Amino acid sequence: MSSDIVKRVLTGDRRAVARLITLIENDGDEAQNLLAELYPYTGQAHVVGVTGAPGTGKSTLVNELAKVYRRGGGQSARSPKTVGIIAVDPTSPFSGGAILGDRIRMRELSGDPGIFIRSMATRGSLGGLARGTSDAIKVLDAAGYEVIFVETVGAGQAEVDIARTAHTTIVVQAPGLGDDIQAIKAGILEIADIFTVNKADREGADNTVMALQMLLDLDHASRPTLHHGIVMGESNSGLARSQEQGWRPPILKTVALHGQGIEAVVEAIEAHLVYLEESQTFYRRERERIQSELHHILQQELMRRLLSQVKEGEWDALIERIGRREMDPYSAARRLIEGERFV
Amino acid sequence: MVTEEKIRVLVAKPGLDGHDRGAKVIARALRDAGMEVIYTGLRQTPEMIVEAAIQEDVDVIGLSILSGAHMTLFPRVMRLLAENGLDDVLVVAGGIIPDEDVPALKEIGIAGIFGPGTSTETVVNFIKENVRKRK
Repeated sequence: MSSDIVKRVLTGDRRAVARLITLIENDGDEAQNLLAELYPYTGQAHVVGVTGAPGTGKSTLVNELAKVYRRGGGQSARSPKTVGIIAVDPTSPFSGGAILGDRIRMRELSGDPGIFIRSMATRGSLGGLARGTSDAIKVLDAAGYEVIFVETVGAGQAEVDIARTAHTTIVVQAPGLGDDIQAIKAGILEIADIFTVNKADREGADNTVMALQMLLDLDHASRPTLHHGIVMGESNSGLARSQEQGWRPPILKTVALHGQGIEAVVEAIEAHLVYLEESQTFYRRERERIQSELHHILQQELMRRLLSQVKEGEWDALIERIGRREMDPYSAARRLIEGERFV
Repeated sequence: MVTEEKIRVLVAKPGLDGHDRGAKVIARALRDAGMEVIYTGLRQTPEMIVEAAIQEDVDVIGLSILSGAHMTLFPRVMRLLAENGLDDVLVVAGGIIPDEDVPALKEIGIAGIFGPGTSTETVVNFIKENVRKRK
């Protein structure tokens, strides 16, 4: 296959877009070359992550948000925008298979040429996204989709990869999913640019909103010292969004199933983009994203190269020796890296 | 990192009947066989099915139908697939499909037709043997 597929992606050819995403998922060298060709055309789209525990209504919310974008809704709205959606569901660790069911809640979006939906399985990746997700975003971006929603697997606490991938992260909560200690102890709240309390017609919605308000207040009180506007020390990973100056994550009530409160979420998404651009945060996050991506690619590539030099028998022999306590795994790793052979 | 090509299957229920237990059982069996199953839910039009097949770049489409409308809906699915250049997708069907309709459905390109009582293993094996891996 030549770079014909890249040309077709750039014209928005849907089959080419779909095919290239498959090539990326299957992780061939070919995909890397094609992505290299595509790369100059990326960086146009507004990438919006949607994360939250299973059952909070992420798919339904994305469905409703896409509808508002397609009709040009929201207060500050201009013309309708085209929408790409990547919905990630978990791969079974036992069979390697997956059931990808997010389209069930997006059936209303069918038939609109301004929308492209792709389901991805995590294929063993643990951070709430699939390994190929950031590259699939590039494909939709280059194909001209203006807003790209990335729906993570039903993530609870530590699945925060989305914050490294998206410009704007929406954390979806629902009433009755555990006390506020659940929310305090984990990273997922720190990555929110926007909170939605979905299913807000249910009992306990106001309590959930209040708990989030309190957490944000606490967070504000314990805000660490800033140096040139950048948080110093360990937390300088670009992830702790709520610690950024000048943006307090809004907490918005929605009933996505009935389309209630959705316009306000779209307005918050648009306002956040304006904030990112005006405060130079966009540039900083983009740098952090690229840095994290490059790290990740380097790790994979170095591993691949290293392991390709180790023969199968050699590997097994090494495992045996470590098992017999003749060698420790740290020394084994160091000696492998230094090019020592073990057969 | 091992290059891994998964078989991607769209499981769709065309038409108006509201029973998807069979489709769910099949979806689960295919998942357990290591495939990625895109499940689209009830009441899909042929247009919706083909659009999903394009976007998801599937290798296989499984159609489940109990309403008796297969002789009108399946030909439309097949025609739309051909129009969109998806002739290399393996199409199989299950549900309540009378024996006398089977030859006509095979004629339009539905490769496998599985009635009630078919073991999930049969379906899994049929897909594995007949799917055309593209390059």
